[in-house]
Amino acid sequence: MKIGATLGLQAIQVAYNGKAILKDISLEVRPGEILALVGPNGAGKTTLIRTASGVLTPTRGRVQVNGRDLNLLSPSERAQWMAVVPQAHQLPATFTVYQTVMLGRTPYLGWLGFPRKEDEDIVQQVLRRTQLEDLASRRIGELSGGEQQRVLLARALAQNTPILLLDEPTAHLDLHHQALILKLVRQTVQECGLAVLLAIHDLNLVSLYADRVALLVDGHLQREGRPAQVLTKSEIERAYGVEVELLEHPRLPAPFIIPHSNGSSERVAYVG
Amino acid sequence: MKEPSTLPFWSARPYLVSSLAFVLALFFSVVVGAVWIPPQTMARLLAALAIPLDLSDVPPAYQTIVHDVRLPHAILMALTGAALASSGAAYQGLFRNPLADPYLIGVASGAGLGAVIALALRWPATLGGWLVVPVAAFGGALLTVLIVYRLARVNQSLPTTTLILAGVAVSSFATALTSFIMLRSRDELHRALAWLLGGSTVNGWMPVWAAFPYIIGGFLVLWSLSHVLNVLQFGEEQAHQLGIRVERAKLWLILAASLTTAAAVSFSGLIGFIGLIVPHTIRLLWGPDYRRLLPLSALGGACALLLADLLARVALAPQVLPVGVVTALAGAPFFLWLLRRAKSEFIW
Repeated sequence: MKIGATLGLQAIQVAYNGKAILKDISLEVRPGEILALVGPNGAGKTTLIRTASGVLTPTRGRVQVNGRDLNLLSPSERAQWMAVVPQAHQLPATFTVYQTVMLGRTPYLGWLGFPRKEDEDIVQQVLRRTQLEDLASRRIGELSGGEQQRVLLARALAQNTPILLLDEPTAHLDLHHQALILKLVRQTVQECGLAVLLAIHDLNLVSLYADRVALLVDGHLQREGRPAQVLTKSEIERAYGVEVELLEHPRLPAPFIIPHSNGSSERVAYVG
Repeated sequence: MKEPSTLPFWSARPYLVSSLAFVLALFFSVVVGAVWIPPQTMARLLAALAIPLDLSDVPPAYQTIVHDVRLPHAILMALTGAALASSGAAYQGLFRNPLADPYLIGVASGAGLGAVIALALRWPATLGGWLVVPVAAFGGALLTVLIVYRLARVNQSLPTTTLILAGVAVSSFATALTSFIMLRSRDELHRALAWLLGGSTVNGWMPVWAAFPYIIGGFLVLWSLSHVLNVLQFGEEQAHQLGIRVERAKLWLILAASLTTAAAVSFSGLIGFIGLIVPHTIRLLWGPDYRRLLPLSALGGACALLLADLLARVALAPQVLPVGVVTALAGAPFFLWLLRRAKSEFIW
């Protein structure tokens, strides 16, 4: 496995039908850290992930891996540096968990995709790590949403890349599965020194799991820094246009964000 | 028995089962026919294919029937079935649509038009002439698949409704042109009509040799891309992120599947539903892995068309039905069943 890679986005601009979706975004994700990408719907999070993974070509600016331009790499080379965890929907239902995770070895496989012993060992290892061993021979159509998402994470881990991109991996998942996915990512970052770019909606999960946060609003990078620096009352209210209240986590130095619902403060006042 | 989709892809049983079925189908296809040949003579004629035998006491007519009529016909049917089934499987994987079939999406009709244009210019007499027909059919097939793909595509996906509608429209257009050209070339009308309904209209080894290189070549390209087809089932974006050159792979798949279809259509006419029934049956039996699905579909397709052809020859003997009539009678209900299932769930 390639060790320790830095993902660099330099002055990225992406336009679609003449409309700018990302405007001059510069970010760096370093080995051993999780950079969370947050922002309102339509801010450009998914576009940024797609650009970073090479699916979209930026109209201006460049995506670099360890200082080398992404578009100079061949597709299979790129897939050995960088893996993507997409959202689990419309998966081919009759593929088994094992087959699906094995597809993560694609960039290393030869003609006809015959796996070697090494590939099988890696897949076994990843299945164990993601607690999917017992489900290995099940079809992915029979799994719950949380399990399917874990299969896609496992497939990306089987790619054995130093860079990992995740596109809202916790959307539509229950508390248990949200925590399971993010814990697995955190654990892998610590053990293998991965550089992780994580697009995510839930600010409280960001507060718990991310090392740094980039707040994207309307294609602009509004603020970037440690969670406590970015997730402030004023930044959040400016970005999302809702009033919020910040609380301290009882045990951790992490801010917790609670939105006001309409008129709730008055009702609380009456009850109080 | 193991769950079908957990079967390791190198497991030998599916290949043994389908090879055995294929050999049996080939055997019956050669043995059964309008002329009754005594079993002992038949056995000697068959054995003579493998080992040198003195056949001087066998009536030459029998020898001609078995060696120069039935055997090449059976092999042509086997090649055609293998081509239609494997290209059907490939189109389904490429378009991520369970109802893609060379016949339904209009590729077969396009190939037919190309072939008929070539045949109308001059009915071929030499092997060189024969080899030109699949090339013309290939041009027609490629043109139709690109038109249908363009018409049916909605954003990044290829919905069933638009795919089938575009296929039907383009297919009708190509068939109308084909009929027009056929009506203009009066002498060949009967032969051409039988061809249009799906039936081999030429005898002897010539069409076998003319179809063989295209079908085998196209199949080998498809098979070499079977791992790519597996990855493509997760969508083009994920395939790209897993390191596949998606556009190049799609181009090769379309070229190879269209060539395979075209070669089959050139000499066996418009035969529908083989490309639908066979791959889906194989999926149900042995799972969705394309590395196994493609070769098994080829064997299964050969088998299915040999049996359909046998049925077409004996059902109303001595009259011979076009084999396309038999496959449509069996295939159309299957198609409707598949359509109902596809509505309610992801079937593959």
